[in-house]
Amino acid sequence: MALAETKLGEKVNKALGVNPQDAKLTKTYLSLAFIVLLIGGTLGLLQGLNRAGLFNLPSWFGYYQTLTAHGILMILVFTTLFMIGYFYAAISHVLGGLIPITRKLGWIAFGSAVFGTVLVAATIIAGDASVMFTFYPPMQASPWFYIGLVFLVVGIWLAAFGVFINAWNWKKKHKGEHLPLLAYFAVGAFLLLFSASILVTVEVLTLIPWAFGWTETVNVMVSRTLFWGFGHTLVNVWYFTAVSAWYVAVPKLIGGKGFSDSLTRLVVILLVILNIPGGFHHQIIDPAITEGWKFAHVFMSLSIAFPSLMTAFAMFAVFEKVGRKNGGKGLLGWFKKLPWGDVRFLAPFIAMAAFIPGGAGGIAQTNHHLNQVVHNSLWVTGHFHFTLGLTVALTFFGIVYWLVPHLSGRVLTPKMNKIGIIQTVMWTVGMIFMAGAMHWVGLLGSPRRTSYSTYGDNATALGWEPYLFFLAIGGTLLMIAVILMVYIVFHLMFKAPKGNTEFPVAETDGTKNTPKWTQNWGIVVAMLIIILAMGYVMPLTEMIFNGPPGSPGFRTW
Amino acid sequence: MKFNRAEEIWLIVGVGILVLSMVITGYQGFAKSMGPPSGMETLDPEKVDEHELFSEPGVYQVGENKYEVVMTLSAFQFTPNNIEIPVGAEVEFIMTSKDVIHGFQVAGTNLNAMVTPGYIQRISKTFDEAGEFLVLCNEYCGIGHQIMGTTITVK
Repeated sequence: MALAETKLGEKVNKALGVNPQDAKLTKTYLSLAFIVLLIGGTLGLLQGLNRAGLFNLPSWFGYYQTLTAHGILMILVFTTLFMIGYFYAAISHVLGGLIPITRKLGWIAFGSAVFGTVLVAATIIAGDASVMFTFYPPMQASPWFYIGLVFLVVGIWLAAFGVFINAWNWKKKHKGEHLPLLAYFAVGAFLLLFSASILVTVEVLTLIPWAFGWTETVNVMVSRTLFWGFGHTLVNVWYFTAVSAWYVAVPKLIGGKGFSDSLTRLVVILLVILNIPGGFHHQIIDPAITEGWKFAHVFMSLSIAFPSLMTAFAMFAVFEKVGRKNGGKGLLGWFKKLPWGDVRFLAPFIAMAAFIPGGAGGIAQTNHHLNQVVHNSLWVTGHFHFTLGLTVALTFFGIVYWLVPHLSGRVLTPKMNKIGIIQTVMWTVGMIFMAGAMHWVGLLGSPRRTSYSTYGDNATALGWEPYLFFLAIGGTLLMIAVILMVYIVFHLMFKAPKGNTEFPVAETDGTKNTPKWTQNWGIVVAMLIIILAMGYVMPLTEMIFNGPPGSPGFRTW
Repeated sequence: MKFNRAEEIWLIVGVGILVLSMVITGYQGFAKSMGPPSGMETLDPEKVDEHELFSEPGVYQVGENKYEVVMTLSAFQFTPNNIEIPVGAEVEFIMTSKDVIHGFQVAGTNLNAMVTPGYIQRISKTFDEAGEFLVLCNEYCGIGHQIMGTTITVK
């Protein structure tokens, strides 16, 4: 009976394209995600203009409030909402509809995340939480800021459980079968996000009583370390989400086949188990951690490059096959034969290409001495605007062109495709200007997270100004691109011509060569815990038992 | 789970480059003592002024053209500030924070360290050329973060 029901669900999905209840859930997530992008983008532009000395922010909403809100909205809220919306649509499609409990969890998660975001935003607007998205103690925000973060994290957990339960349910009905690849990605990404968020939850739960004044002091370095165990992983979760679309959707969109099923699953497993213990590369010039432990974390951080190298190979292998099928000849002739005029390919392709300099910059700044050159300079801001702003966000935009019409029962018209290409180009050029300028001026020493300053007309600081001007030009282009993108999303959701748009899932060589152990999430979780413990137990023990007396809170803004 | 021959070569070369970067970092860090600042000495962050090292921040000559700069960082200043040292001086900066986390960065050099309350950070450099260097805080520390700067004059 249960089997019959799922089969029926799959048939309904095939016939109608999408389950309307599931579509509504994802459309809600995506709508809010892009409204958040619009707000976050506007704040970003204001900062860019301020930083270049072109614009003064009002005293009631200063640079550091703007920056805190921009960071939290973009790196935490936009990405989380998009990820949940996208993966819920994905498992609805590949697992034959969401099961009722998962759909319910999806809605409760949405409510919790929205409530948390409102609390966080309210404390920032009130001027009680200008502490950046990293909220390092002993800077002490309003307790309601931290409580808002708890609700946001609870939202993430509920959404994660929804995915796990749905996958578990499918497995019970399909004994011995491999979870479809896209669902496998969803489980992996949410498992990683859930595990990492435990670290930040522990941190926030120690900060709440401290912010209320129930405890007097806090261990600064333990908090900072727990934060980066989470923060470093978080950005990799967004990358993970983008990668799932590269492997599963992009090959289908360009008329190709997926790369090896088993190697793709290996990439998922490696991304899950290798990610968390790389956090110290954000703390290379911190005290309280020995050089030896920092070196161990550099090793872990670099090992993340391994699955990325596999992904790079897989993608170009797929592209070459498609290009040759389309008549491309010679060593590189196939490259010209790719569907460059199709925004659903162009956007994720630029996203992947951007990960080459983005990833290389990451590898450089992870190593001890090179980190010391650029640590906390604008170089770092440039780096994550390349990796998150180009690689992740542009992939998310690329997903919109087929996911939104799929959900709304509409189609992407050639005209909208053209607007999409303009958007993609503007976004890319804007990001190259902005992040490029950030990299360069960062190398010269200009610090991140600092409002316009000439340090008393210091010659060195004045020499940075031309670069900061490029930053403002890039930011302006990006703002126009954000407005275009938001228009595209809502047009595809409510205005585009009716029709049927497929959810692209590429065929692969099948699962017959895929080892059975890849189905065993118990092993993956065990390895994750072992590697996490290896990376963190001893340094944290040192910080807790041999650390200095704690710090009271400060409000320095 | 079979790798294609070309993929194997690609991965071996890629991993080779990563290992090489690890080896260079490790060699410079451990064999040549060029490791990043990683202070393990602690103090009570609420009693910095009473601490034997930090009760009198300042520039101290400790040897022939060797100096120690004992410095406290607090919102939003470096103490001492407008430091002057002779050309060729080997300077060790010994720092701690009296409140939130600050950064110590000298633009155009590799001097860069996070200075957190409760820990003592040490970082050294020999200043071989005359000139003025901009010192700035590179960890957001509050409303006046952008004015937290000073200079080192080498003459």
